[in-house]
Amino acid sequence: MSGKVDVAVYVNGVMYARHVEPRMLLSDFLRHELGLTGTHVGCEHGVCGACTILLEGRSARSCLLLAVQVDGAEIETIEGQGSIDQLGRVQQAMRQHHGLQCGFCTPGFVMTITDILRNHDVRGETEIREALSGNICRCTGYEHIVNAVQELLSEQERAR
Amino acid sequence: MKPALLSYHCATSIEDAVAALAAAGGDGKIIAGGQSLMPMMNFRLVRPSVLVDINRIPGLDTITLRGNRLGVGALVRHRMTASDETIRSHIPILHGVMQHVAHLTVRNRGTFVGSLCHADPAAEMPMMTQFLNGTVHVAGPQGRRQVAVGDFITGSLTTDLASDEMVYEVDLDTFPEGTGWGFHEFARRHGDYALAAVAVTLEREAGVARRVRLAVMGLDDRSRRLAEVEAALEGEAPDAAVLDRALAALQANITPNGDLNASPEYRRHLANVLAKRAIADAWARAGERSRT
Repeated sequence: MSGKVDVAVYVNGVMYARHVEPRMLLSDFLRHELGLTGTHVGCEHGVCGACTILLEGRSARSCLLLAVQVDGAEIETIEGQGSIDQLGRVQQAMRQHHGLQCGFCTPGFVMTITDILRNHDVRGETEIREALSGNICRCTGYEHIVNAVQELLSEQERAR
Repeated sequence: MKPALLSYHCATSIEDAVAALAAAGGDGKIIAGGQSLMPMMNFRLVRPSVLVDINRIPGLDTITLRGNRLGVGALVRHRMTASDETIRSHIPILHGVMQHVAHLTVRNRGTFVGSLCHADPAAEMPMMTQFLNGTVHVAGPQGRRQVAVGDFITGSLTTDLASDEMVYEVDLDTFPEGTGWGFHEFARRHGDYALAAVAVTLEREAGVARRVRLAVMGLDDRSRRLAEVEAALEGEAPDAAVLDRALAALQANITPNGDLNASPEYRRHLANVLAKRAIADAWARAGERSRT
C-alpha cells in the first residue's frame, strides 16, 4: 500500500492543504476532507452531473477526478455561489422559476449553468437543453430550469 | 464506487510518463481526460497500480496543420476539437461530428486521443480516425513509432498499444475545399453513445462523385471504412439505382450485433437510413469542381 500524498487546492478562493490517499475522488475530498457538502454525489460514474464543479473556470465532474490531480488548481463549488441569506444570481433565477424541487441535482445544475454563462454562446431553447443534457433532474421535468437559464441569458445579453 | 488505485504519478514529459509505465511492470495506466477511464476505475473494472497523469505535460494540447495533414495532441479536449477553426475549415466533417459527442462538461475534459485509445466501437473518435486515415504516434521505452489506425485498433476496446507505451499524437487527413460531407448517427439521447452512425465525404466532378469515403460505426465489432460501398458510389451520381447498389453493398459488408437497445435487424435498418441521409448531405454540400 502506497502512502498518502499532499494536496493543496484553492476552493472558492480559499486555500486548503490536506494529506490524502491518491485514490480519493475530488468529490469525496470536497465533502469529507473539506466539509463542503454542497457538492452532491449521485452516480459516481460521470452520468448524473450532481457532482459538477468548476475546475479553472470550466465545468467538470468531480467524481471523475482524483483530488491529487487538481493539486494547485482553482476550484469553484456551489458554496462559492452565494449563501442562504444572499443567493447568487444563478441560484436566484433557479428559485424564481421553480427550477428545483428536492434540490439534490441543483448544485450540479448551478455549476453547469455558470459554465454556460461564462464560456458558451448558447442561444434558444434547443441549445439550452443540449447544454444542460449532462445533468439529470428527476423532479422538475427541466422546463423550469430551461426558463431560468433563458432569463439569465437574456439578462446577460442586455448587459452587453 | 471508489477506485482501487494504489499510487499516482504526475508526468512531466512523454519520456517521464513512459518510464513510469515501464516501472509499473505492465500494471500502469495513462490518464488524460479520464472520462472513460475514471468510470471504469470507479466500477473497479480497471485497477491500475499506478495512474500516470499526462495532464501537465507541456505541448500536448495543440492542433497543428502540416501540409495536408492535421496533428491532434494527446491533450486536445473535445471542446477544442469542436470549436477549432482549422478543423472547421480543413476537416468540416470532424467539426460536424463533434456536435454529437457527449455533453458540455464531458467535452471540457475528454480528449480525442484518449477516446481513440479507449477504442469503444460506438465512439466517434475511433471512427473518425479510421475515416481520416489516422496515423497514431506512439512513444515507448524503445523510442517512438507510428502505426496506421487500421493496425492500431485491433478490436472492441482493444488496441496495439503495449502496457509501457503511450500515444502522444494522432495525425489526420484534411480535405480540399469543396469536399462534401455527411454524418448521421442515431442515439437514444443526444450525446449518448450512438446505436449506429455513417460518415461520408466526396467531391463532385462533372456531375459524378469522386474520392468517396464512407465509414460506419456500431455495425461491427469496430468502426471501419467500407471499400465496397465507396466503389459503388465512385464515379456515379447517387441516383436511386446507384443508391440501391451502394446500400446492397453496405448490407453485405456489415455484421451488426444485438443488445439491450437494438436488435441486429434494427441496426441494419438504421444503417440504410443513416447512409442515405449522409450520402444525400455530402452530395448536396459538395461544391461542383471543374478540373484544373
